Amino acid sequence: MSAFRITIDPVACDAYGYCAELLPEAITLDEWGYPCVNGNPLPDELLAAAKRAARDCPRRAVTLQAKESAR
Amino acid sequence: MADTLATTGSYQLLGHPADLSGHVRTLGPLPTGSSPAWVDSFWSALGASGLGGRGGAAFPTSLKLGALNRHPGPAVIVVNAMEGEPVSHKDKVLLNRAPHLVLDGALLLAQASGAQRIVVCVPIGRDQVAESVQHALSERDRVAYSTIPVTLVRPPDRFVAGEESALAAWINSGRSLPTHRPDKSIPLRLGKERALVHNAETLAHVAMIGRFGAAAFRSRGLPEEPGTMLITISGAVAHPGVVEVACGTPLRDVVARANPTSELRALLVGGYAGAWVAPHHFVTPYASIPLRTIGASAGVGVVVALGTDQCGVCTTARIARYMASQSAGQCGPCVFGLPAIADDLHQLSAGRTDVQWRDRIERRLTQVDGRGGCRHPDGVVRMVRSALEVFAAEVVAHQAGMSCNDHVDTAVAR
Repeated sequence: MSAFRITIDPVACDAYGYCAELLPEAITLDEWGYPCVNGNPLPDELLAAAKRAARDCPRRAVTLQAKESAR
Repeated sequence: MADTLATTGSYQLLGHPADLSGHVRTLGPLPTGSSPAWVDSFWSALGASGLGGRGGAAFPTSLKLGALNRHPGPAVIVVNAMEGEPVSHKDKVLLNRAPHLVLDGALLLAQASGAQRIVVCVPIGRDQVAESVQHALSERDRVAYSTIPVTLVRPPDRFVAGEESALAAWINSGRSLPTHRPDKSIPLRLGKERALVHNAETLAHVAMIGRFGAAAFRSRGLPEEPGTMLITISGAVAHPGVVEVACGTPLRDVVARANPTSELRALLVGGYAGAWVAPHHFVTPYASIPLRTIGASAGVGVVVALGTDQCGVCTTARIARYMASQSAGQCGPCVFGLPAIADDLHQLSAGRTDVQWRDRIERRLTQVDGRGGCRHPDGVVRMVRSALEVFAAEVVAHQAGMSCNDHVDTAVAR
C-alpha cells in the first residue's frame, strides 16, 4: 500500500468523469456522474494512474493526500 | 453568587433580566483582562466546563479557541444567530431575553484570543431579534461597557447560510456558500483575520462560565455532557416554545414540558437534520452519546412531536423536499441526490412505488451520505433512514398503495 489516498473536493467537482475513466479501480461514478472514493490507501501500482487523474481533472477536484493529514 | 450557583444547581441562561443594568446587577460585572494569567485561567475553566458547541456539532469550545490561538494574526469573533433550522427558535428567544449574555460570551472570547472586533449575524427578516441586539449594543455604548467594537450584519435567511464556513464566505464575498474543509483545525478567515464562529447559545454559556466557573456549569446536566440546553418544542403539543433543561433530560420529560395534545407516534429530535425516535426510546436522555447509541443525533436543541393521527412518511417527505430546496447548490450529490430522495419519498406517500423502490432509495441514501462539502446532505440521510425504520409499518402500507397526500399535517410548519 502507498501512503496516499484520493480525496475529492465535492464543491469543485463538476462531474467531468475523467478521474473514473483514468482510475476505475479506485473511483466509481454515482448515478449522477459524480465520483465516489472509498478513502482507503492506494495500492502502489495505482499511484501513477492516480497522479494522472489528479493532474487531468479540469476542475482540480482530485487530490492525492498523504494518509496522516486530514481530520 | 459563584458558590451559590455551583452548590444549588441554579445555573440557567434564561430568567435573568434582559436590560444591561439588571443583567450586571444580577450576574455581576464581566471579568475583564487580557493578561496571560487571565487568559490561562479562562481557557482552563472553559476546558474544565466541558462545554460543547450548541449549533449542532457539539465540538468542544475550548479546543476551538485553542485551534484559533495556534495561528498568529488579527482575529474576529463571529456570533452565529442564523438559526436556519425552521423548527428551532432558541437563538431568537435567547437574543430577545438575554442579549447581554451572548454579547458577554463573545467579549470574553475576544479577550482570550486577542480579537479586535465582534460581528453579530442575524438573518434578514428577523427584525425583532436584530432590534433586540441593536438595543443591547446601544445600552453598552452608553456606559462604555467595552472598547471592542461590535457590528450587526444581516445575511440571507437560508438553511445553510448559518453553516460556519458559509457564514464566513458571506461576510467575505456576499455569497452564502459552504467551503470544503478537510482540516477543520485550520481557522476560518475573514480577509486576513482569523475568525472564531460560535453559536449564540454557546456564547451565553461562555459568559456564565467566565463569571461563575466550570463547577457552576457542571452543577447541572450529565458528567460527560454538562450544563443546561435550550430546546425548541413544536408539533402535537399545547404549548410550543423554547424550554431550558439540564443536558441529558429524558426525551419524554422534555416533551412533557410542552403538554402533548395526543398520544405521540414519534419525536423528531435534533431538527430537520436530526432523526426520528420511536416511543420505546422516549426514555433516552437528550444528549449526544445516548442519542447516538439509538442512531439519532442531538443536533440543535429541537423536538418535534408527531401525534398518532399524523403520518410519519408524509411528514418526512415534506421535510426532505424542504431540505433539498435548501441545498447551497454546489455539490452534485446534494444538488441531484436530495431531490431524488425527496422524489422517492413523495412517490411513497402517494402510494405509487414500483418493485425497485426500496433498493433505489437505499442506494441513493448510501450514495449521498458524506459526499457534500458540508454536512447538509448527511443530516437529511440520517433523518430519512430513521423514518424508514421508525415508520416501517407506514412504509409498508404506502408501498401497498396507501396514499395520504390529502391529509393535513400540522407537525411541520414554518
